Amino acid sequence: MRTLRALWSRFMGMFWPGSAESDLADEIESHVALHTDDGIRAGLSAEEARRRALIRLGGVEQTRQTYRERRGLPWLETLGQDVAYGFRVLRKSPGFALTTIFTLALGIGANTALFSIVNGVLLNPLPYPRSSELVTVHASKANFDQGSISYPNFRDWQRDNKTLAALAVAHQRRFTLTGVGDAERLQGDYVSSDFFPILGVKPVLGRLFAPGEDEIGRAPLIVIGAGFWARKLGSRQDVVGKTLTLDGRQFTIIGVLPGDFDLTVGNFEAGEVYVPIGQWQNTALNDRFAGLGLHGIARLRPGVTLEQAQADMNGVSDRLAAAFPQADHGVRAKLVSLRQSVVGRVQPLLLVLLGAVGFVLLIACVNVANLLLARSNARTQEFAIRWALGAGRGRIVRQLLTESTLLALAGGALGLLLAGWGTDAALKFAPLALPRDSQVHLSIPVLGFTLIVSLAVGILFGLLPAWKVAHQSVQDTLKEGGRGVSGTRHRKQDLLVVFEMALALVLLAGAGLTIRSMMVLSGVDPGFDAHGVTRFSLSAPPSMGSASAGAVRAYYREVDRRMKQVPGVQGVSIIGGSLPMTDNDDEALFWLENEPKPTNTNDMHWSLDYIAEPDYLKVMGIPLLRGRFFTEADNEHAPSVVVVDESFAHKFFGDEDPIGKRIHMDGNMATVIGVTGHVMQWGLDNDASSPLHVEMYLPFLQLGDSDLSLKDGLGMDVAIRSEVDSATTMKGIEHAMRQMNQEQVVYGADTMNQIIARTLAGRRFSMILLGLFAALALLLASIGMYGVISYLVGQRTQEIGIRMALGAARGNVLRWVLKRGCKLALLGVSVGLAAALALTQVMARSSMIYGVRAYDPWTFFGVTALLVTVALLACSIPAWRAMRIDPMQALRAE
Amino acid sequence: MGDKTDVWQGTLALMVLRTLETMGAMHGYGLARRIEQTSGDLLQLNYGTLYPALLKLEQEGYIHSHWGLSDNNRKAKFYELTKAGHQRVKKATAEWEQTTAILARFLTPAEEA
Repeated sequence: MRTLRALWSRFMGMFWPGSAESDLADEIESHVALHTDDGIRAGLSAEEARRRALIRLGGVEQTRQTYRERRGLPWLETLGQDVAYGFRVLRKSPGFALTTIFTLALGIGANTALFSIVNGVLLNPLPYPRSSELVTVHASKANFDQGSISYPNFRDWQRDNKTLAALAVAHQRRFTLTGVGDAERLQGDYVSSDFFPILGVKPVLGRLFAPGEDEIGRAPLIVIGAGFWARKLGSRQDVVGKTLTLDGRQFTIIGVLPGDFDLTVGNFEAGEVYVPIGQWQNTALNDRFAGLGLHGIARLRPGVTLEQAQADMNGVSDRLAAAFPQADHGVRAKLVSLRQSVVGRVQPLLLVLLGAVGFVLLIACVNVANLLLARSNARTQEFAIRWALGAGRGRIVRQLLTESTLLALAGGALGLLLAGWGTDAALKFAPLALPRDSQVHLSIPVLGFTLIVSLAVGILFGLLPAWKVAHQSVQDTLKEGGRGVSGTRHRKQDLLVVFEMALALVLLAGAGLTIRSMMVLSGVDPGFDAHGVTRFSLSAPPSMGSASAGAVRAYYREVDRRMKQVPGVQGVSIIGGSLPMTDNDDEALFWLENEPKPTNTNDMHWSLDYIAEPDYLKVMGIPLLRGRFFTEADNEHAPSVVVVDESFAHKFFGDEDPIGKRIHMDGNMATVIGVTGHVMQWGLDNDASSPLHVEMYLPFLQLGDSDLSLKDGLGMDVAIRSEVDSATTMKGIEHAMRQMNQEQVVYGADTMNQIIARTLAGRRFSMILLGLFAALALLLASIGMYGVISYLVGQRTQEIGIRMALGAARGNVLRWVLKRGCKLALLGVSVGLAAALALTQVMARSSMIYGVRAYDPWTFFGVTALLVTVALLACSIPAWRAMRIDPMQALRAE
Repeated sequence: MGDKTDVWQGTLALMVLRTLETMGAMHGYGLARRIEQTSGDLLQLNYGTLYPALLKLEQEGYIHSHWGLSDNNRKAKFYELTKAGHQRVKKATAEWEQTTAILARFLTPAEEA
């Protein structure tokens, strides 16, 4: 307490030195006068008495100095002086200051940008109360580790578990809204009652679904999002109790969600409207085997760990498997932490990028350390003189550290600007690559990070020259006249250049491997021709929801006929089931004609299924290998047919001819009529490794009446091939559909190329960033090389002049300089290669590279050649300058 | 100068406080003389070191100062103990006594051993 009080008083003492100074002078004067009086009284002369008084005081100036030091905070005052001096020195060499600041700004800016991404995506807790208790719930079953849950299983899991505070499911769904302006398609979700309470979301108006209101057969209620509330209903307070017409049915609004609610996980995406799961008009809801794309979210009871909850759910699943072997054999609940579900996919990628950007900063630091080192060599005389005048070593070291910290802070401030701009650019350039990207911004932790990095960097690269100065001999320096020619100075700079060359090589190798991976991937044949293909959705008019199967079939044929008439359209197919390169996958279960009927569903064979119209192969450009594809004649009146892909044919029929084979499916026998090429369902990079690989095509018009019905949702997907550009074609399609019926909505159009690109968004994001960092590293490293060789040439001007005067050819000088640069570059490369071989293994483990080995010799050779070439180019400028040295001038300068 | 002792580090503050406690308000020169006298002229005080020590005590809030007139009508700065200063003297005295008592046990020749 006393210390604090004294500190405060000293701190304040710094600001009013004037009055305290005169006060002290008065006090000392009074002391001397009193002492002199005593002396006179003892019989001394006035002069002698005063002299003795001054001697006993110990010198007026010394007293003042110790007093002053006690009055203020000397170290703070020195710091102030150092800062002011630093500013003056830097202002005198603006070129040096600007180069340093800009180099650091690049390094710190890149780090800040990436840290703000890592902070927003990985470090910030999810915006829900006690978010560590939240888990996502899936059904693990044959072919699917995190498969979807059937509704009856969900209800039983919900009832039987002992470890979950609550369990809810959700299913993303689009609805057609009519009666409020033009008909429009809304993004929405089916949810069970506990969904929002689990997340701790409170309504801003009205209420949420009560327990039981989510069950089948209850009243149709709806909760709306704040965005929809504002957009369609003018944020009116009286909306609760009003009704909305979705897919032709009336739903009563009971509440409004807050505007900041935003979650994408599993099969849930925050939308505009939320409807209780029980309102889903899908007969399969009561089928214990049907997954239906339901995924769950749950909150663990307080104190329960994920492992305990998983063990409990395993028990629940096993009991259900025993009770319902037909449907639940091999089906188990699977819990994954919500954080893992949301960001687990990008975590390794971001960490690798963070490491890479750290390397860039290191290189920037090394460059600046080199500059400072060269500068401190030039300043040795300044330091020696200050030293001779009484400055302590500590004081000079502190001065150097102050200067480097000033530079680093200025670099950090500029870097912050670059980071703000760079983060925006990165996120805009690579949309969809990251979850939670709305959380990424320059927040307090990010600012703190930048400040700490800047300070650390300033001290780190300032220490090296400071250490050097501290170990210098004053006398030698003064004798030398400040011209340093000792070899050790160069050795230190050489080491730094070798180090940054090595770092740059590691980054180049990493970037090279991701670029090679993308090249390999862009050469991968997806099994179809994406060019010219557009996929979109169409929602039928609400009246079709209750139409008979015959009317629905007639409707589909009419849709087909009208779309085909749109100019440019070459083929149209309504599609159901799976859609390649998307999360839409659908599976059919079957057994072969010569096999006994499996006793339970899970023992059947699985295949991806594509429900398509006759044009489908033409639209997608999938090759037909044998037999034929569907025709208009393969309709509801004709015998069931199926077309399989080559993987299917190979797996189930081996070398036999698949044409004419028959399979049991849905209580029906279908005959194989054709074989197509394999299509990559799971993405260019994941298809080969996915467990479910076989594919079959089923004719759309042979779907059963209930599957065909539009009762449980009016939307359907359509794929078209067009010879004109997608945007023009889609205008034509929209026009044709509106003409057919005003209540039809066309939405969500994407070209197949966009869909494929989306599957590679994460890879592209890391490729671009790694490439950018590597380019930055290459630039900085070559600037470093340039600086060191220039410095060398500058220091050796006289020596070179003498050599030339003695007859050395200009070519020899050029070779001498280049050789020196080359030696450094090659040393750096060999160290870098060793490090890169170790680090690319990390990338391989986080599956950032595809189709190339972590030690791909071509990549390593290529980046080595690139680095050495650029390094030599950087040397060639000073080398050229060395060659042009005029011996006479160089000697005259002596 | 040989038989006079310099002031040990840290003891000056206690001497100042104790002197002010017994003598009341005093100016710097008077304090210095009084300390020398109290020590039986065994202590050789460098007067110049007294003022930073006084400043430190004032910053810590143990003493406060005001300008006044000395006995022979000279302008002088007088120092006086504050309430915290009085407490400090008590505490420091007790501590010092304990320290010297402990040291004395080490330094007096062992009789009973």
